[in-house]
Amino acid sequence: MKLRVDPDKCQGHARCYGLAPEIFDVDDYGQSSVIVDVVPPELEEKARLAVANCPEYAIEIISE
Amino acid sequence: MTHIAAVEDWATDFDVLDPRYVTDPFSIWDDLRQTCPIAHTDRRKSSWLPTRYEDVTAIAHDIEHFSSLKVAVIPGDEDEDPENFDGPNLEYGLPPISSDPPLHTWTRRLLLPWFSHKRVDGYVPLTRDLCRRLVDGFAESGHADAAADYAQQIPVRVIAHILGVSPDLSDTFTSWVRDVLEFADDAERRQRGAEGLLNYFLGQLEESRQHPGDDLLSELLTTKVEGEPLDDGIVLGMAALALIAGVDTTWSAIGSSLWHLATHPDDRKRLVAEPELMPTAVEELLRAYSPVTMAREVTADIEYAGCPMKAGDKVLMNFPAANRDPEVFEHPDEVQLDRAHNRHVAFGSGIHRCAGSNLARMELQVALEEWLARIPDFSLAGGAEVTWAGGQVRGPRICPVVF
Repeated sequence: MKLRVDPDKCQGHARCYGLAPEIFDVDDYGQSSVIVDVVPPELEEKARLAVANCPEYAIEIISE
Repeated sequence: MTHIAAVEDWATDFDVLDPRYVTDPFSIWDDLRQTCPIAHTDRRKSSWLPTRYEDVTAIAHDIEHFSSLKVAVIPGDEDEDPENFDGPNLEYGLPPISSDPPLHTWTRRLLLPWFSHKRVDGYVPLTRDLCRRLVDGFAESGHADAAADYAQQIPVRVIAHILGVSPDLSDTFTSWVRDVLEFADDAERRQRGAEGLLNYFLGQLEESRQHPGDDLLSELLTTKVEGEPLDDGIVLGMAALALIAGVDTTWSAIGSSLWHLATHPDDRKRLVAEPELMPTAVEELLRAYSPVTMAREVTADIEYAGCPMKAGDKVLMNFPAANRDPEVFEHPDEVQLDRAHNRHVAFGSGIHRCAGSNLARMELQVALEEWLARIPDFSLAGGAEVTWAGGQVRGPRICPVVF
């Protein structure tokens, strides 16, 4: 699984970082980013949770 | 408090200060969502009240048609006649919350690092220590006011620390903020609170200039934007905002959460037995008891979802109702501490997402953890009268519990 955070949609709610700090980081201004190239299989469920909890629909699964 | 005529038709004559709305807005939103999802009133000022998640978030994102220059839910003198408003001079308002881009963009960037995840982690020991000392004060007595003795005492002291102002003045700060936010329909009281707050910060500006510390106010005073120091009006507005936004809101969330646990023993027992649920539970409590409604101002006549909105009308950003929308949340009126899918907008949506959301979340979690660690078994005091504040910020103000 590969993920992308759309920087234009992300508003810094940091829900993704709270749910899956292994997958996301968030900078001093609240901007989230994906820190893994490929999401390890054991973290895929967490990744889906992050997608489902983002209030800005900013996280995209770009490949399964 | 001015007299409020009872509301008979919520779709055309709503009033967010009606006691029924303050104590139980949920059933009113349910009715409106099914019959007239964007209600209107001419009370105080022509205002619209969206109740669906889709509408609230769409309006929050449409910053062209819905300005943030006037975010007060209850209009004040500055709404009616800004030229002749004789309150303290806040020519820039409270940026970034009461501003649009470009002022919003750069003032927000100055504030955000103070509330980043990393910084907020650094405020945990202070918050935990504060909560423990508060619980120590009443744990042996078998009773406490969960709102006034606990929830109300926490966020004001943490934000005072961040701002670099004296926590000894916490009660005074709280009183000013309540005058501005909770008693906003009492013009005299509102003005008194605003003056107290701004005059205090005017003095504090000089104090921090002469004795700068490692705090937000001192940093704002030495910050340069495009080579120029910030205008005092900007610093004043930003400092006042940090205090106003950091006090009533989180205190309300902590109070509502404790009220919920006092009245729902199954949830209380579950949270004690499964502490790993806490982060998910915190999001669920934020969803179910979202404290904050902000306003927007319509910039030009527009028809939105069939509603003829006029320039100057207010739109009340009903994030609390959005978070109870059955289109988005299954069984929205049930608190499910393990709710896995929870795209709530308690902290708003779009460019005005609450700048202090990381701090608020941390304070709520630590406050609940420390309370439950010492007082795992508690309930509302028999015959207790719980009172709620509402309007801009909803939460319990008196919440007597026994344990």
